[in-house]
Amino acid sequence: MTARALRRRRYLLDNERFLAPIMMAPAVLYIIALVGFPFVLAILLSLSDATVGNPEFDFVGFDTFSRILDDPVFRRSLRNTFWFAIISNLLVVIFATILAKILVADFRGKWFVRFLVLLPWTTPVSLAAITWLWTLDSIFSPIDWILRNLGLISDNMYWLGRPGLAMSSVIAVHTWRIVPLAAVIVMAGLTAIPNEIKDAADVDGARFWRKMFAIEIPLLAPIIAVAVLFGFILTVTDISVVFVLTRGGPTHATQVLATWAFFKGIEGGALSQGAAIALFLFPVLVAVTAVILRLARRREVL
Amino acid sequence: MDALDNITLARRRARTRHRMVRIGVYGAAITAALLAAFPFLWAAVTMFKQSPDLYVKANNPFWFNDPPTLKHIKLLLFDTNFLTFVRNTVVVGLAVTIITLLLSLPAAYALARLIGVWGERMGIAIFFVYLIPPTLLFIPMSRVIANLDLQGSLWSLILVYPTITIPISTWLLMGFFKGIPRDLEEQAMVDGYSRVGALTRAVLPLIFPGIVAVIVFAFTLSAHEFIYALTFNKASAVKTIAVGVPTELVRGDVFFWQALQGAALLVAVPVALLFNLFLDRFISGFTMGAVKG
Repeated sequence: MTARALRRRRYLLDNERFLAPIMMAPAVLYIIALVGFPFVLAILLSLSDATVGNPEFDFVGFDTFSRILDDPVFRRSLRNTFWFAIISNLLVVIFATILAKILVADFRGKWFVRFLVLLPWTTPVSLAAITWLWTLDSIFSPIDWILRNLGLISDNMYWLGRPGLAMSSVIAVHTWRIVPLAAVIVMAGLTAIPNEIKDAADVDGARFWRKMFAIEIPLLAPIIAVAVLFGFILTVTDISVVFVLTRGGPTHATQVLATWAFFKGIEGGALSQGAAIALFLFPVLVAVTAVILRLARRREVL
Repeated sequence: MDALDNITLARRRARTRHRMVRIGVYGAAITAALLAAFPFLWAAVTMFKQSPDLYVKANNPFWFNDPPTLKHIKLLLFDTNFLTFVRNTVVVGLAVTIITLLLSLPAAYALARLIGVWGERMGIAIFFVYLIPPTLLFIPMSRVIANLDLQGSLWSLILVYPTITIPISTWLLMGFFKGIPRDLEEQAMVDGYSRVGALTRAVLPLIFPGIVAVIVFAFTLSAHEFIYALTFNKASAVKTIAVGVPTELVRGDVFFWQALQGAALLVAVPVALLFNLFLDRFISGFTMGAVKG
C-alpha cells in the first residue's frame, strides 16, 4: 500500500460519518438477515397453506387465520396466555419488591442466600422445570408428603393432573423463575435512590412502611415497569415450562400460544398454522410494551 | 433520677427494636432462600437416593432411609449422553460469545459515541428486536435452517443464537462506553492515535468489566435457549443440555429421576456461582444502559 493510500484509509477511518455506519453494519445486517427476514417469512407462511410435507407457498389469504380462530384449542391457548401473563406478573411485582428489599439489607451469609435465591433464574428453564416436575410428582411429591403428615390432605394433590391445579402450578413456576430477575432489576433501582433522600426521610422520622410507600415505591415505579416488561415478554414467549411440566395438558388446560404453535407447526407439521398462531403474540407484545414504556416515561424520576 | 430512668428505658426499647428488626431480616432471608431453592434441595437429596428408598410413598423424602449412593450419578456421566450435551453446549456457547463480541463491540461504540440522535433511536430499535422473540420465529427459521442444510448440525444454533445475544450485548456495552469520558479518546487522538487506535488502546481496557459481563451473559443465554434447539436438532449427538436432558433422560414413560435431578443440579450450581461473581457488574451495566447519558 502506498503512503498516500494509507493516509487516505486513515483519513476515512477517522471520519465519523464514515466510521459509524461501518461499525454498525455487521450487527445490523446480521439482525436484518436472521430476524427481519424470518419475520417476513412468518407472515408469508401464515398467508399460505404450507406444511412440512409440502412446503410450497400457495397463497390462501386469511384462510389459515380463520381456520385457527375456529379452533377451540386455539381460543383456549389465547385465554390461557393472557391469564398466565397477568397473574404471574402481578405476583412477580409483589415478590420481587420484597426480595429486593431483603437483598439490599445487611446480614451474615448474604452471599449464600443470594446464590440460592438466584438459582431459579440462572438455571436453564427446562432444567428448572425438570426439578419442578419431580417436586410436583403425582405420587412422590414431597409437598404432598408434608401436607399428608400435617394431616391436611389424605390423598395426593395431583398438582399437574387437574385442570385448575395444573394451571396454578404453571403460573407458580413462572413466577418463581422470574422473581429473581425482577428483584435484581428493582435492586438496581433501590441502590440508585440518592442518599440525601434516604437521609432526609430518616431525619423526618419516617419508618419502614412510610419510607416504602411514600418514597421507594413512587421512585421505583419506572424501574418496576421495566422489570414487568421483561417478566411479561419472558412469560408470554416461554415454551419450556409448559412443554416439560404438562405438554399443554390435561386436555389443553395449560396450553398457551407458544406451545400450541409448536405442537401444530413442528410436531403436527402444519407450518402455516403454526406460524399464524405464533404471530398472534406479536400485537400483544407490541401493545403491552407501548403501554408499559409510556407509563414508565410519564413517571420518569430516576 | 427520673430522667436517667427514661434514658435507660429508651435505650432498652431501641435495643429490643433493633433485635426485632434483625430477627425479621434473617427470617425473611431464610424464607426467601428456602422458597427459591426448594426444588433444588429436593433434587440434591434425590440424586443420591437408592430406588427402593425413593419409591416408597410413606418414606420421609428428605431423609436417607437407605444409605446414599453415587450409582445414579455414575449412570448419568458414563451411560447417558449427558457429557456430550455438556460439550455441545460449551462449543455453541463459546462460538456464540465470540460472534457476539465481534459484532456488538463496534456497534455499541458507534451508538454511544458517533451517531448523536440516531444513536438513541437505534438503541430503542435494538430493544424492539426483543418484541420478535424466538417464539415468533422458530417456524420460519426451521425452513431457513433446512434450506441452508444445517439441520442436525451445531452450526444451526451457532448461526441463530447471536440474534438473541447481539441486541442485549450491544445495549449493555453501550452503557459501559457512555461511562467512559470522551476526553480520554480525544487525548489519545491528540497524542497521535487514530480513532480506531484510541478505541483499542485506551477505551477497550477500561470497559473490560462490560466485556466480561457480555461473555457471561451471551454464554448463559445460549445455554438456556430451548425452542430453537428443540426445533432444529433431533439427533442426540447434537443436542444441548437444555433440550437433551428433558428429552433423552426420559425413555417413554420411564423417568430416571435420580439422574435427571443430578443433571439439573450439576448444571444449575456452576452457572449460579458464575452469575453470583458477576452480579454486581451486571447490575451496574444494566443501570448504566438504562440511565440516559
